Amino acid sequence: MDLIYNNIKINAAGTLPDQSAKRKTKDHLFLTLVIFFSAITISLVLLIIGTLVMKGYHQINWAFFTQIAPDTFQAMMAKISGKVIPGGIANGITGSVYLVFLSSVIAIPFGLLIGIFLYENGNKRYAGFIRDITDVLQGIPSIVIGIIIYLWVVVHITHSYSILAGSVSLAIMMLPLIIRSTEESLKMVPDTLKEAAIALGTPYYKVILRVLIPTSFSGLITGILLAISRVLGETAPLMLTTLGNPVINWDVTKPVSAVPLLVWQFYNDPNMVDLIWSSTLFLMGFVLLLNLTSKWIASKQQN
Amino acid sequence: MNSDKVLKSVLFTASLLILLISGGMVYSLFRGSMLSFHHFGWNFLISSHWDPTQGKEQYGALPFIAGTIFTSVLALIMAIPMAFSTSLFVAEYFHKTRLASVVNTLVDLLAGIPSIIYGLWGFYILRPFIVEIGLNPQGYGIFTSSLILAIMIIPYATSLSNTTIMMVPNELKEAAYSLGATRLEVIWNVILPNARSGIMASYILAFGRALGETMAVTMLIGNANIIPTSLFSTGNTMASVIANQFGEAGGLQLSALIEIGLLLFLITTIVNAIGKFIIKKIV
Repeated sequence: MDLIYNNIKINAAGTLPDQSAKRKTKDHLFLTLVIFFSAITISLVLLIIGTLVMKGYHQINWAFFTQIAPDTFQAMMAKISGKVIPGGIANGITGSVYLVFLSSVIAIPFGLLIGIFLYENGNKRYAGFIRDITDVLQGIPSIVIGIIIYLWVVVHITHSYSILAGSVSLAIMMLPLIIRSTEESLKMVPDTLKEAAIALGTPYYKVILRVLIPTSFSGLITGILLAISRVLGETAPLMLTTLGNPVINWDVTKPVSAVPLLVWQFYNDPNMVDLIWSSTLFLMGFVLLLNLTSKWIASKQQN
Repeated sequence: MNSDKVLKSVLFTASLLILLISGGMVYSLFRGSMLSFHHFGWNFLISSHWDPTQGKEQYGALPFIAGTIFTSVLALIMAIPMAFSTSLFVAEYFHKTRLASVVNTLVDLLAGIPSIIYGLWGFYILRPFIVEIGLNPQGYGIFTSSLILAIMIIPYATSLSNTTIMMVPNELKEAAYSLGATRLEVIWNVILPNARSGIMASYILAFGRALGETMAVTMLIGNANIIPTSLFSTGNTMASVIANQFGEAGGLQLSALIEIGLLLFLITTIVNAIGKFIIKKIV
């Protein structure tokens, strides 16, 4: 008598001669495919990072960090006479630092406060609504945020492309990331700690400042660093809000350059091609360093 | 007691900022598109003429809507084999090994690389390669942009998939193994049915990412205001046309670009909402 189970025929002797071999082959084949496609993914990562390192490292020197970007004419002359293009990306670096600093000043306090609010009001309807809106905010394409800040700040407040506009657009991109990471890391604080403080009669703001924030500190820092690394490389919203500037500028109502904007500018100017790879390498190195640091802090916290 | 009340109202006031920002965004996008909407009405969505010439200005968003959907769908199709394999590699086959955590970290790095770097890499490395193997004489276009988009969205497609695959209870898998199932059969008959909705959600969210990507696509798609007709035709997406033309635009053209921004906002929000809705159902 033959048994039929799951389309697999088992004969009276209980052996599965042909089917078993077939199933094993299929199993091996699938594993090979999985390894093959994973290998492709990994080699793509290594290829992208490798290309940037190989092509970019020789232009990086002291002048690269201290001098401002050359204009097309200087670059062209250097190219004709076969020399290395003079200048660096100092105007981009200072601009990026300024933009990230100002956007952090705006986004971090609000991000923490709203994160705490969501944590405190956990399952309430209004908090759930705010949480959903925060998710929507996080999903908005960066270019759309650029349009909106152009309409708000460039048109109505500074009347020109400006550092302020760029910072606000980056701050809006950071805000949802910080809010959600704050809420998540506060949730990890054991309730007993909080209850112990409350039982001692501590006012609630002190519970937050002395218990909740110190306990979840590394989580909060991770979220903030990750948010900064996200916006550091943003180009699209800056194109619509700060535009770029050939010199170093510290005035918040005036345009400023940033490293990604310089990369974009070099890309569009055939004379500047040699500067592309070094600035790209610098940008990627910085972003990935922040990214890895934050993940490292997060993994230390878990252990 | 008093300080608690102050704290509560401070936190509540801060939460209003989120409402203010999002409400303000929707309002500004609608207001900015009014001029264009008055001129073209619903025709804006189905017209494929985009002509900024002074005096006979004519704007329609269809080429960009088509370009956006075409590139994103193609990107998702190309990303799925890689993302799915990597998920199984990390969360099932080599779960809890050192190799898996290295692979996972590397894939996560992909999410950290800025969009403009993908654009440059695509322009200088991928484009010449595509020309060389004879796929396309200029190397620009839908296919090249989709390929780069596919690489960019892999980490978004894997991270949530990994979590849901890991969440499948061991008892279920062990039960299947004890019945003599092979690994493939366990993946197909136990893991997939259990993790299906989480994997779906992560692919939908990755798709949402692809819709809004700007810089990389702008640098690779060839910037032609036409409806793409083939895999290798040039085109423009909603995001790339804004990036290309916003700086020089004024008046009606500016309003038309803002209306495209509004459409992009609505489409990505709907796609993301569907993804989040599925996630909420699992948890």
